[in-house]
Amino acid sequence: MEKLKDSLKRVNLPRLIIILFFLFIVLLAYVNDINVNSYIGSTIKYWGMWGILVLAMVPSIKCGIGPNFGISLGIVCGLLGSLLAIEFGITDMFNAIIPGLGPWAAIIFAMISSAFFAWFVGVAYGKILNSVKGSEMTVTTYIGYSFIYLMCIVWFRAPFTNSEIKWPIGASGVRNSLSMDSSFGGVLNDFLGFSLGGEGGVYIPTGLVIFFLLCCLVIFLYFRSKSGMAMTAAGSNPSFARANGIDVDKMRIKGIAISTVLGAIGIVVYTQGFGILQAYTAPLQMGFQCVAAILIGGATTSKAKISHVIIGTFLFQGLLMFTPPVSNKLLAGTDISDTMRQIIQNGVILYALTKAKGGSSNEE
Amino acid sequence: MSSEYVVKMDNISKEFSGNKVLKNVSLQVKPGEIHALMGENGAGKSTLMNILFGMPAIWNTGGYEGTIEIDGKPVKIDSPQKAMECGIGMVHQEFMLIPGFTATENIKLGREVTTPTVASAILGKSLEELDRRTMAKDARRAMDTIGLGIDENTMVGGLPVGYMQFIEIAREIDKTGMKLLIFDEPTAVLTESEAERLLRTMKVIAGKGIAIIFITHRIDEVIEVADSITILRDGTFIDRLETKDTTAAKIAEMMIGRKVEKLVDNAGGDRKLDKDDIILKLRDYHVDMPGETVRGVDLDVIRGEILGIGGLAGQGKIGIPNGIQGLYETSGTIEFDGERIDPEKLGDALSKHMVFVSEDRKGVGLLLEESIEQNIIFTATQVENKFMKKVGFFTQYDAAAAKKHAEDMIKELDIRCVGPEQLVGSLSGGNQQKVCLARALTLAPKLLVVSEPTRGIDIGAKKLVLELLVKLNRENGMTIIVVSSELNELRSLSDRIAIVSDGKISGILKPEDSDADFGLAMSGVKVGGADNGEA
Repeated sequence: MEKLKDSLKRVNLPRLIIILFFLFIVLLAYVNDINVNSYIGSTIKYWGMWGILVLAMVPSIKCGIGPNFGISLGIVCGLLGSLLAIEFGITDMFNAIIPGLGPWAAIIFAMISSAFFAWFVGVAYGKILNSVKGSEMTVTTYIGYSFIYLMCIVWFRAPFTNSEIKWPIGASGVRNSLSMDSSFGGVLNDFLGFSLGGEGGVYIPTGLVIFFLLCCLVIFLYFRSKSGMAMTAAGSNPSFARANGIDVDKMRIKGIAISTVLGAIGIVVYTQGFGILQAYTAPLQMGFQCVAAILIGGATTSKAKISHVIIGTFLFQGLLMFTPPVSNKLLAGTDISDTMRQIIQNGVILYALTKAKGGSSNEE
Repeated sequence: MSSEYVVKMDNISKEFSGNKVLKNVSLQVKPGEIHALMGENGAGKSTLMNILFGMPAIWNTGGYEGTIEIDGKPVKIDSPQKAMECGIGMVHQEFMLIPGFTATENIKLGREVTTPTVASAILGKSLEELDRRTMAKDARRAMDTIGLGIDENTMVGGLPVGYMQFIEIAREIDKTGMKLLIFDEPTAVLTESEAERLLRTMKVIAGKGIAIIFITHRIDEVIEVADSITILRDGTFIDRLETKDTTAAKIAEMMIGRKVEKLVDNAGGDRKLDKDDIILKLRDYHVDMPGETVRGVDLDVIRGEILGIGGLAGQGKIGIPNGIQGLYETSGTIEFDGERIDPEKLGDALSKHMVFVSEDRKGVGLLLEESIEQNIIFTATQVENKFMKKVGFFTQYDAAAAKKHAEDMIKELDIRCVGPEQLVGSLSGGNQQKVCLARALTLAPKLLVVSEPTRGIDIGAKKLVLELLVKLNRENGMTIIVVSSELNELRSLSDRIAIVSDGKISGILKPEDSDADFGLAMSGVKVGGADNGEA
């Protein structure tokens, strides 16, 4: 009996519920003659697209700040990098040298330039968070929101000259959404992509999945390095870290800066997969989805592992993919899927908050 | 009066989860008498007073055994309200005052004088109007009695600590039928002149026939004001004496007196301690650690010795190692093995091989949610890059080497666990302490500073930990500083013992010095003591 109680305690309840729910939905889809293969395919695609954004939660949770609701700071940097890659016409420039090289050059340029911006933004962001210890979750949310709206003004006035970016009428400013086809759209997704089980099977976006797992590996290795171990200690017990000669504030800045950089790279990958770059308020809710995904994976507001990212993103995106067709079949004429997303997303965050000990309560 | 004593407590015993903290203790106080209740930290003074005051902490843990008589009548005091009805008042160590209220409002809180109004006639007594003028008059009278000159309408928040204490006292003596007033370490937070005034006030109150129980560890104050004294030690009743029949030295001896079990037979052994070979030199050393402030310490530590640092809680002994480690702000100079240590630079002491094992094992000493292995090797990875290997651009954790080292340590220190991967949070206190020591030893310290090594661990494990320290000193020649509230522990293993009182060293003694000397040093009386130490 004691043992049973013990193992029940160890099982992560929300994850268990979501797993059962997901299997139930997949079963329903199968029973109702829905093309399960194609939806599994898109689950895998969105898993890879969202993965790095969710991965960005790991350093911020580990360094003691908690889930980074303000991932939109990184996202905005990533959008800026992508826009610069289009603006400078990197794709055409390199296609002229070796045909086919263009999209790769563009996405690499977008990643490097956006990571560069994100690092500086992240350091400043970290400094702000160090002065509001104890209420990071609220503050990251506020900063994330306000930064998006600040950037709305910037997007509107930005002096881009490339006709793909500009509004069709008008002198400058970025369009609401623009196609990535002529720059680096789908470059990772299509790399070595194949259909599992022949025609009508599950499409595997090999390049995307490899890149996502590669990022996971890098972060995993980082947390086994000296600096990464120091960051984990700073997050889990700041007094302990200080007694061991670790500058806790510096570690928090580093953690949130890495998180912001991952956010920037994440949105570049997302945009190439989605095929359309969305500016303005499109990324407003992305932070919540990322937080919800990692929490579903089994993380808490003070503990996170890479495995939580991989499992959580898959479950969350899987649910989003499978609910619309199933609900359309069962409740014809309704569009319950977005409602579903909101309920799961916010419900899981709320659940995690009830389990959290008040922000980073382990602060001195 | 039907009895000679206003309060008579007989054969009081109290257990906290199987741990006997009071064993057949008796206490008698006559009307108008100032009675001092003395003992070291943990002697049971506070528990005894909590019983007398009916605190919930006593009743939630199974009550007590024994009898209490007030004015010769047996009573059962099961709540502070009941205690107040019996005429017992308590002046708390932490002030129970509301900062946003005036002195009058604080004094009369809960006992307001009211007059009926129309609303109260309909809706009940709670809506009666406050009779502020009578209340102010009452408060004035109470404050005049104890010579507190401030305006009764002053806000309490922002008043100096000494004044707050007096307002507390005024509140107690304003209660009608007050027979007994308990002062819990009232002078601990006061300046010298405030303390003197308080003692005078106590005499005034006693002169009005109210009995006073005065809890303290300051012997000089007791000699000055108390009529009689009860001494407790380790939860047992030692003696009740009249002040005029005794001396400070005798009181001190009774507070401490315990048989010391020596862990080391030959104090010197085959070690050769060179008195001029100083490994750590502190000069005019201050630490701003809340509750454990160090106010100017000069101390020399001889290479190869075990130096004990003792003293009562709150006097600053804990602040000394924490300051060196850079956890709190310090001033003064710290010279270690010929080099200056800069506590502002985090980890400076560590990188010079002076290693600190914190008294706050769970808060500072360990990563409770990590494995034993992680806890043992962590500091070494950060300070000395041990257990790390280079892989391309990355430094990577060398899991194999770390595991081997952790296993060695577990064997060497006899840490009882299922393996190096067990989480530290699930270990017992004694084994956690060994993990802390293992981490310190991994750094090959020249000087090991251990703070409260036996706090919160059971008796068997205590001895093991202390023996381990002796072994490290004797076999590896490691210089060790042990900071502990348990004097006996220090006397069992140290070569010299520095006693800290009021943030300063009040004496450096030999373990075999008399109990009286230790008692006096702990209560702040400067003693000559053994050789050197003070510059």
